[in-house]
Amino acid sequence: MFGYLVGRLIQAMMVVFVMSVIVFVGVYAIGNPIDVMIDPGASQEIRENLIRQYGFDQPLWQQYFTFVGNVFQGDLGRSMVYNIPVTSLVFSRLPATLELVLVSVGIATLIGVPAGMYAGYRPNGIPAKLIMALSVLGFSVPTFWIGMLLIMGFAVNLGWLPSGGRGEVGHVLWFKTSLVTSDGWAHVIMPAVNLSLFKMGLMIRLTRAGMVEAMGTDYVRFARAQGLPDRQIVFGHIMRNISIPLVTVFGLELGSTLAFAVVTETVFNWPGVGKLIIDSILQLDRPVMVSYLVMVVLLFVMINLVVDLIYAQLDPRVRLKGGS
Amino acid sequence: MTAALDVKGLTTRFETRAGHVTAVNDVSFAVQPGRIMGLVGESGSGKSVTGFSILGLIDAPGEVTAGAVLVDGVDLRQLSTEDLRKMRGRKVAMVFQDPMMTLNPVLRVGDQMTMAVRVHQPMSKSDALQHARKALEVVGIPSPAERLKAYPHQLSGGMRQRVAIAMALLHSPSVIIADEATTALDVSIQGQILAEVRELADETGAAIVWITHDLAVVSSLADDICVMYAGRIVERGTAEQVIGGPRHPYTQGLLDSIPARHEPGRKLPQIPGSTPQLSRLPEGCPFQPRCPRATDLCRTEPPLDVRDGQAVLCHHPLEGV
Ligand SMILES: Nc1ncnc2c1ncn2[C@@H]1O[C@H](COP(=O)(O)OP(=O)(O)OP(=O)(O)O)[C@@H](O)[C@H]1O
Ligand code: SF4
Ligand SMILES: [Mg+2]
Repeated sequence: MFGYLVGRLIQAMMVVFVMSVIVFVGVYAIGNPIDVMIDPGASQEIRENLIRQYGFDQPLWQQYFTFVGNVFQGDLGRSMVYNIPVTSLVFSRLPATLELVLVSVGIATLIGVPAGMYAGYRPNGIPAKLIMALSVLGFSVPTFWIGMLLIMGFAVNLGWLPSGGRGEVGHVLWFKTSLVTSDGWAHVIMPAVNLSLFKMGLMIRLTRAGMVEAMGTDYVRFARAQGLPDRQIVFGHIMRNISIPLVTVFGLELGSTLAFAVVTETVFNWPGVGKLIIDSILQLDRPVMVSYLVMVVLLFVMINLVVDLIYAQLDPRVRLKGGS
Repeated sequence: MTAALDVKGLTTRFETRAGHVTAVNDVSFAVQPGRIMGLVGESGSGKSVTGFSILGLIDAPGEVTAGAVLVDGVDLRQLSTEDLRKMRGRKVAMVFQDPMMTLNPVLRVGDQMTMAVRVHQPMSKSDALQHARKALEVVGIPSPAERLKAYPHQLSGGMRQRVAIAMALLHSPSVIIADEATTALDVSIQGQILAEVRELADETGAAIVWITHDLAVVSSLADDICVMYAGRIVERGTAEQVIGGPRHPYTQGLLDSIPARHEPGRKLPQIPGSTPQLSRLPEGCPFQPRCPRATDLCRTEPPLDVRDGQAVLCHHPLEGV
């Protein structure tokens, strides 16, 4: 177990290293932030001063090592647009995204898994057909479009919910979150539902597939031969089996939603990291882009590790070995 | 004495792309308490489907279309789903063919067994575990307490099959259907389990249906024998009758191909041809393309010929004893 963790950690570090190089090179290929930042009419002298100040006159590899050196001292650089440290910028936005993502993945799981289980349990019934039709809608209709429809319906026409932004925040431990106020929930529910639809479709289909497969296995038939009622067969036997692939997808979705809640955050004007990264790409705010992407990679690596640990816990046939 | 298991005219059909196939065709037999009935036949003859049909475990696209299954005089086919469920495992239990697949791979043996215990006998988890441990002891599993903590993949095929047998024994059912329960095991363990099964039938008075393709196994174990071909019981009688004086040409062919009955070194006579496809059965007797005694008459449905309780489905039965 310990050897396994060390192996995974080394692996993770390599991934982060490779990704940081790719991201660094990629971001620097996009364009020169100086052109965006400064008035085209500014003198050549001001221009060169700025370039020197940011170290853009040095060769790329040298810039990279300066960046890495700073990272090891906990310094991800300063935003060129807001002129504040990237860390505080990202961390000021992160709670908003986190709560949006958790609520939406929560909705997707709490509705998607039971619906998928039911659809797989009675695959030929009318409810199952309805559930499957909805799941297709869930991941074929574009997110932004559904988002606009939601806003039109619930905010503009009915006036029940605010059309965007984040609600009132309260304190939990050392966090600020809007999930402790009713105004906060009123703001988060619509973007969260919007963000959850795709995931819900995915969860439904995956759960249903697992359920259908499990229902046809010998061990389920054997359980029926023992006289176990369906409820116990589903919750005592099958649940454990289908939760194994679900955990994997849950983890991946959690990661990718955290990283790419961009569309929903933009449509609902949600002040999260997704919006931050879009803004920084538009303004070529290099330090923010690089740090953000490296953080996303870290996040993925961490989620994967946790998923693997849970996986091994659920499936006794999986042995965690040292190394790869 | 009422039979522990009395199957009458059981018929099961599957809807396939090639049309309906009748995998179990008008099957009838009875097993008295404490007796072992061997159900023999080549692969694909419908033995497993017969077992599943008895328990009402046929899923779409299959359906039991006719017949009665009386367990201790109660017709399982007349019961509600819920009442039928309560009979399974408690009155009639089944051991499946493939020991590798019948246990849930992600649950401990003990958890699976306690679930099976408590579904019919409400008791505490630890009592149920004790009960399970005793059942494992009965089938000769060494250090059963440890096995209960194991996951299926940590046990050998033989161990898993014994666990499955132990699970069938949990509620001392009146009827046990064992589908190829020893086929996957090596010969010495097979003999050991067969001896235990014999003892079990004698002691508990359970009626046992022993499904196998191996006539040699059945001849040493069973009291009665049913020979199955293409979904039908083609010969039925006591073991002495069927082994000592077979009357159906197919049974004769099976017996001729048992190695132990011949001098070593000689080539075994085999039944010519192969198992027919259910979707393309000939008119009349399904065995006729392979039968040495076939005549034109065999293109019509063969009659049931009964003599001293030995029944054959044939136009030209052999003399027998
Ligand atoms: N789910 C199914 N769908 C369609 N046909 C089926 C299905 N299950 C069984 N059958 C048909 O029933 C026939 C009998 O199958 P069964 O499994 O009972 O044979 P068996 O005698 O147990 O053979 P084996 O010795 O190989 O286990 C098969 O030939 C097959 O055509
Ligand atoms: S009915 Fe005819 S073909 Fe069929 S087994 Fe008897 S003799 Fe052979
Ligand atoms: Mg079989």
